[in-house]
Amino acid sequence: MSEPLLKVEQLCKSFGGVVATDNLDFDVMPGEIHAVIGPNGAGKTTFVAQIAGMLKSDSGSITFDGNDIAGKTAPERSHMGLARSFQITSVFKNFTALENVALSIQAHAGHSFKFWKRASGDKTLIEPAQKILDDVGLGDKALNLAGNLAHGQQRQLEIAMALATSPKMLLLDEPTAGMGTEESEIMRKFLNDLKGDYSMLLIEHDMDTVFSLADRVTVLVYGRGIATGTPEEIRNNAEVRSAYLGEDE
Amino acid sequence: MLSKLKLSILIGSFLILAALPMVAESEMIDEPFYIDLMARVMIFSIAAMSLDFILGYGAMISFGHALYLGLGTYAVGIMAHYELTNGWMQLLVCISGTAFIAFILGLISLRTSGIYFIMITFALAQMFYFLGISLEAFGGDDGLPIDTRSEFFSFFDLNETWNMYYLILGTLVVTALVLWKIINSRFGMVVRGSHSNDARMQAIGFPTFKYRLAAFVIAGVVCGLAGFLLGNLTEFLTPEYMHWFRSGELMIMVMVGGMGTLFGPLFGAFAYLMMEDFLANFTEYWQFYFGPILILLVLFAKQGLWGMLPGKEDISDE
Repeated sequence: MSEPLLKVEQLCKSFGGVVATDNLDFDVMPGEIHAVIGPNGAGKTTFVAQIAGMLKSDSGSITFDGNDIAGKTAPERSHMGLARSFQITSVFKNFTALENVALSIQAHAGHSFKFWKRASGDKTLIEPAQKILDDVGLGDKALNLAGNLAHGQQRQLEIAMALATSPKMLLLDEPTAGMGTEESEIMRKFLNDLKGDYSMLLIEHDMDTVFSLADRVTVLVYGRGIATGTPEEIRNNAEVRSAYLGEDE
Repeated sequence: MLSKLKLSILIGSFLILAALPMVAESEMIDEPFYIDLMARVMIFSIAAMSLDFILGYGAMISFGHALYLGLGTYAVGIMAHYELTNGWMQLLVCISGTAFIAFILGLISLRTSGIYFIMITFALAQMFYFLGISLEAFGGDDGLPIDTRSEFFSFFDLNETWNMYYLILGTLVVTALVLWKIINSRFGMVVRGSHSNDARMQAIGFPTFKYRLAAFVIAGVVCGLAGFLLGNLTEFLTPEYMHWFRSGELMIMVMVGGMGTLFGPLFGAFAYLMMEDFLANFTEYWQFYFGPILILLVLFAKQGLWGMLPGKEDISDE
């Protein structure tokens, strides 16, 4: 077995007296989808924010691709190949779908102290952006304002923007949040197609998504990882059942 | 992308401005006063546009933007006071001075956002206002007359009303064009992106702070240029231009003209100064009447006067 792509050791974060991440150990192997589940308030989003660099950890180490990234800013981590999608849809609503993705590409195409040439006429940004949109099935929506897309499409665009940063790993914070059954199904297929090409840390509420996609699952309760294992093992774990899945299930 | 109609209106306005001196001085009208009035309007248009650049596009709600207007007049005034009347030198000092101060103040204030940003830009500008008041050498709060206008070319004497007027008009047109180009450039996309969602911008890999800082400096320098022109036009230096009240006026011009429309503030400045001129004829308390008009505009015309002009604007820029 090779080295893990992401390795988190003894990670801690508390807000005042509330412990959001409690001595958490966690890793993601290359090409693996490792899902994190847990009840509301378990600290899932805090955990993602710590890995993406939006939140400073109190202690512990985060190693990504062989580098210690604990001291790096969010943009630096993005340049190292970590791409995050957000739980709350946060595409740029006043930009077209194409411009949203082009912006991601621009972020990784050198500095942006370029003041004169029109960005939206720049082929080196627009063409790869269009290609990514085609890949995720939003090709014909390229010129629609992102804010006018359906919810599910915005979530897909969100991931397209992450893909446009040519990441090694995706941090997906509830990609199916707020989706209906049908939309969830499309997203599940979409993520399944990406499986193997990218490592993923998948935060998810929707159990169908988790159990169909994940290679491994970690259960988070009050910031503490109470179990890690294959979906099958987690389903049969007594502690998990009482803490989270509910005894009656 | 601007719609054709809006673009025509804009170009038409510039043409009207270009023809104004001839009309105002013609025998039929003979009101040279209008030249001065419109010169003033254009200067405040430049200042308001520079504010809209950061406020409307970058969500940096600076409540101290008039500071740079004041700094520009001080650059001209202080140098003229010491008989350094070479326009190029004055311009260089004005640009580098406002850039430096905007850079320092940006470093401090851009660490905050929202209401804190508003308050800190307000406080920092007020510091300079009080500094101006305490500078007795330059007239304290009485201000100081500027005896000589900037000297650029021997054949282009700024004491000639027309030369002054066309210098201002030229600056306005160039500024509008340059800022428009910047807004649609890669740099502009970063500033606009961080407006709607800074965290997201960082997540896709932009270290947004330095871009926002650069935008803040650009806006400061452009407003400083407006101050440079204002000092020359009014031939007077006063700390009053740095007062928060002036910053508030600039914000009103932006809001009336239309936030995030760049060219709207041209019409905002025009409307505001005309309204001031017009209503002040009737009553000393003209603001009392202006207030409700402003509220109506903010409530019912989100993009201000610019939005009310015919020609649908395609927000997405193509």
